[in-house]
Amino acid sequence: MVQSAWAVALNDLAGGLFLLTAVALVVVRQVQACLAAFVLESVLLAASAFILAAASGIPDLVAVGLITIAVKAVLLPWLLRGTVPEEIYTRRELSQLVNVPASLLIALALTLAAYLIAVPLAPAQDAFIRVNLPIGLAGLFISALSLVTRREAVPQLVGLLAMENGAFLAGVSIAPDLPLIAELAASFDVLVIVLVMGILTRAIHEHVGTTDIVELVERSDEEEL
Amino acid sequence: MAAHMLFNVIQALTVLLLSPLVKGVLDRWKERVQSRRGPTIWQPYRDLWKLFQKDEVVSDQSSWIFRATPYVVFTMPLFVTLLIPALTTYPLFFAFMGDMLGAGFLLAFGGFFAALAAVDTTNPYGAMGASRTRMVGFLAEPVFIIVFFTISFVAGSTIPYIVQQQWVSPPSNFFEPSHVLIMLAFLMLLLAEAGRIPVDSPSGHFELAMIDESKNLEYSGRGAALMNWGGAMKFMVLQLVFLNVLVTPWGLAQTPSLAAVMLAIPLVFSKILVLLAVLTVIESSLAKLRLFRITEFLGAAFVIATVAMITRIF
Repeated sequence: MVQSAWAVALNDLAGGLFLLTAVALVVVRQVQACLAAFVLESVLLAASAFILAAASGIPDLVAVGLITIAVKAVLLPWLLRGTVPEEIYTRRELSQLVNVPASLLIALALTLAAYLIAVPLAPAQDAFIRVNLPIGLAGLFISALSLVTRREAVPQLVGLLAMENGAFLAGVSIAPDLPLIAELAASFDVLVIVLVMGILTRAIHEHVGTTDIVELVERSDEEEL
Repeated sequence: MAAHMLFNVIQALTVLLLSPLVKGVLDRWKERVQSRRGPTIWQPYRDLWKLFQKDEVVSDQSSWIFRATPYVVFTMPLFVTLLIPALTTYPLFFAFMGDMLGAGFLLAFGGFFAALAAVDTTNPYGAMGASRTRMVGFLAEPVFIIVFFTISFVAGSTIPYIVQQQWVSPPSNFFEPSHVLIMLAFLMLLLAEAGRIPVDSPSGHFELAMIDESKNLEYSGRGAALMNWGGAMKFMVLQLVFLNVLVTPWGLAQTPSLAAVMLAIPLVFSKILVLLAVLTVIESSLAKLRLFRITEFLGAAFVIATVAMITRIF
């Protein structure tokens, strides 16, 4: 695989910004900003796929990038907008289990762990894998963190989808000629998940008036009593 | 050698004379964004002129620290200017007197005296502002250290003249994740150190909400002029470090001729104008953070800097 310095540099840039958006998902307090960070992360994932496609000449990767943009940057926010009530988006302060400085430090430790795990695995001469594998893994870990610490339903959903983004970022570099059908199937899965969870969130919100998960647990206990 | 000394003096004069203009342009642009006319870009010069004409009132309860501080705050940014690449890509006469940490220490020295002077007058707002400035300062310190550690690790040197060449040779180095992240972390640091929104509101006149401004409340006449001028120079020096060392050395004089150095002044100033446009957007679209949210802001900057270091080391 021929790797020109510019393709490597641009892929590095996309990777660096991808990591930044992953951290942003943990830090931001507004649901709206959380969603915006996720859309940006998806666009960067697509950019990385395009750069890899241009560098390696594998046309499948262009399709992967286009599907990512279409599903995660356009369809998904649109679906969430339609299914989740407006009131949740305008909410400003998200409640979190761990406060922001602490979760930042945890994110830092997770990034370090991802690099320690992934760098020995990556072949030394492949500059794309050396960037994408650790950053993808770090994205996966940090998104898992936001999945755990967030208490609102929508950011949890976004964290789940961001985990998939991280896995894909690592995936496009390790297995660039992955059959397109796998990516297509995964994307439709994502859409169905979003639709189902969006409708569910709406139903819960209409029924009990909140989507704070901790409060929901307390409520179900009350009903049993 | 004599030419290098001359260029060094030209650097210091550039910062001395242009720093009020930088402040004036930023103030004007911010007013423009808010659909107001705003003062002219020369207003800071007029303010300085007016203050130099006025009598100075010094409390007889204050010590020598209060009297000495304006001079310390005024001269420290000038010393830093001698160390950093403000106009030239090649090292000048004083360049090896100190490295980037030395420059950081000099700026911190000015801040230290400003904080002491604020406490010295026993004005309650002064002590409050000083303690808040220290709080922002010690939160910014780890970010500073990590940023400096990373860039000197990348370049193999702590002398800013050597560091600046690293990012553009070869040009693809510019897009390295560590470079992009370092730029972002330092921009956040610059906002905090210079007391800009979202950390501090420089145009606010409400003493209880002040962080950086309240240190100057007790000064009048020449003391106030020197404090304001020193603050403007510190802001410009931070911008120069950001633009010339961390972003790119583009537009700097390559050859040791007077014409090239003089040409570098408008080129560097146009770079500053671009940064001021970015700052205008940032300051106009964000709100000032609550005091205890500053921890999160600088914590994020710390994480970004550390991630830059991690992506570089592996």
